[in-house]
Amino acid sequence: MSTEPPKIKVEHLTMAYGSFVVMNDLNFEINKGEVFVIMGGSGCGKSTLLKHLIGLKDPAKGDVYFDGQNFNRAEDEEKLLMLQKFGVLYQGGALWSSMTLAENVGLPLGEFTSLSQKEIRDIATFKLSLVGLRGFEDFYPSEISGGMRKRAGLARAMALDPDVLFFDEPSAGLDPISSRRLDDLILELRDSLGATVVVVTHELASIFAIADKAIFLDAATRTQGAIGKPRELRDQTENMAVRTFLRRGEEEIPEVL
Amino acid sequence: MQEKLPDSDRLQQELGGGVSRVSFDAAGVTSWDSGLMTFLLRCWDIAAEKQLDVDESGLPKGAGDLMKLATAVPEKKDTGRTERTRSLFYRLGSHSIALAEETWDIFTFLGEATIAFLRFFGGRARFRWRDLWVVVQQTGAEALPIVALISFLVGLILAYVGAVQLQKFGATIYVADLVGLAMVREMGAIMTAIVMCGRTGAAFAAQLGTMKVSEEIDALQTLGISPMEFLVLPRMLALCCMLPLLVLFSDFIGIIGGLVVSVTTLDITFQQFVGRTIAAIDLPNFFSGLIKSVFFGVIVAATGCLRGMQCGDSSAAVGVAATSAVVTGITCIIVADAIFAVIFNIIGI
Repeated sequence: MSTEPPKIKVEHLTMAYGSFVVMNDLNFEINKGEVFVIMGGSGCGKSTLLKHLIGLKDPAKGDVYFDGQNFNRAEDEEKLLMLQKFGVLYQGGALWSSMTLAENVGLPLGEFTSLSQKEIRDIATFKLSLVGLRGFEDFYPSEISGGMRKRAGLARAMALDPDVLFFDEPSAGLDPISSRRLDDLILELRDSLGATVVVVTHELASIFAIADKAIFLDAATRTQGAIGKPRELRDQTENMAVRTFLRRGEEEIPEVL
Repeated sequence: MQEKLPDSDRLQQELGGGVSRVSFDAAGVTSWDSGLMTFLLRCWDIAAEKQLDVDESGLPKGAGDLMKLATAVPEKKDTGRTERTRSLFYRLGSHSIALAEETWDIFTFLGEATIAFLRFFGGRARFRWRDLWVVVQQTGAEALPIVALISFLVGLILAYVGAVQLQKFGATIYVADLVGLAMVREMGAIMTAIVMCGRTGAAFAAQLGTMKVSEEIDALQTLGISPMEFLVLPRMLALCCMLPLLVLFSDFIGIIGGLVVSVTTLDITFQQFVGRTIAAIDLPNFFSGLIKSVFFGVIVAATGCLRGMQCGDSSAAVGVAATSAVVTGITCIIVADAIFAVIFNIIGI
């Protein structure tokens, strides 16, 4: 296994909006089957980093590799193949509002597989049942709650049995119980599908519950603060920004964590 | 309560000379609101400026605590919200850059749209036929009532305007020529295009803009589905096919508008009017209107979709996109019409 290249590798990545640099020189690797958390304060560029990883934004400098293949410089056809190995859960679910839940989940299947309408429908039902939404196939996104939309978004992200699942702030706007359930679901999916999971979040409880490895983006220095297991970072790191972040601003480790 | 508090000028005077300490006596105060707090904040500011001591012990307890909160973080002075007036060259330069970027965006969009069309004709474009039919219905059948109303009224107005002039020469029968020619050559196409721009162009921009805000377009892209093919292509296809049909309808209804005026007020019989109209409208005139309408269809759909795809990521941006779609659309339609007028003149249609 050690010869296998890391699932995702980021080298000297610089992200910028025009001339405004968001983050400088990011370097990290994500291994297969890992739950990797991108954390940091509000507005530090977590979501921007995610957009770079899923190809919605091009890096100002540096490269992103998937399975050892350069993602940003890939030809359109290759990039398309790589994109099909991703599943992305957006912050608000980002379900297509003119389609029912089953159509939402089924669209990628219809586009990229040769399955029949009936098979697609069956798979959509199955994926929706995985996230506890069986029976809601013919509902439109506007007819269900925010938490349900998020879960439906997850079902859609899993439609093509992706290798890598990306989550943008999964617990934002969810109550503590639903957010906890989503965390459990993420871990179960990782275990049963063998998927690699990348999560953007600033929820400490979630970070400690799910992360195998975490990267901290430091808004003050505009680069990565530290990488490692969240508990070790909390207890051992020299980096004050990471320490205060993981301890909720207190010197002692808060009991709830 | 508020009117009894001294205003800012008076406060400044009172705290002016010889005062070194500010204290409060609020024994008689039973209830208070933010009016008191704004007064206190002013006191604090003046006291800080004149370096006076402030004794807050006389204040109601809650008010004192709130003041502590309000003054805990000093005022941030360098937030940079006051726009500096830039030099003329700076503004000229930044406008030019913005214009160049805007032009670049438009050409990129047109290029991508062309590729999407080519892929469609090559049978490789990915979109749902059902979406196409929905747009066809929205831009076709559902637009009939408004197009009918506008066209009828335009025909009516043309007939009245023409009649007043033609009566002077005793040639009122030529109202039929006037209405017929004006409708098929110009008014049918241009009025329909403008109505559709306000109706459908704005709707396209708002739909795509909202999809952009809710990351639905991002979701398509990360699945490797091109939004140009999936969203823009069906809209452009539908409008290119529907606008000429609507223009035909509009021509017909406009001529009926002229007919109604002629028969009811100008002593022209139904047969005379129809006969003149058929004699007046020849094929070149008829087709010049139809050819234009195909291009107007492209313009309306393209401007609507372009502005929608360019939309920023806030709900205010959706409104801006819809407005801008209509403004750009109507401007382009008029400009295109002028260009067609010149071209048709040169080739003698």
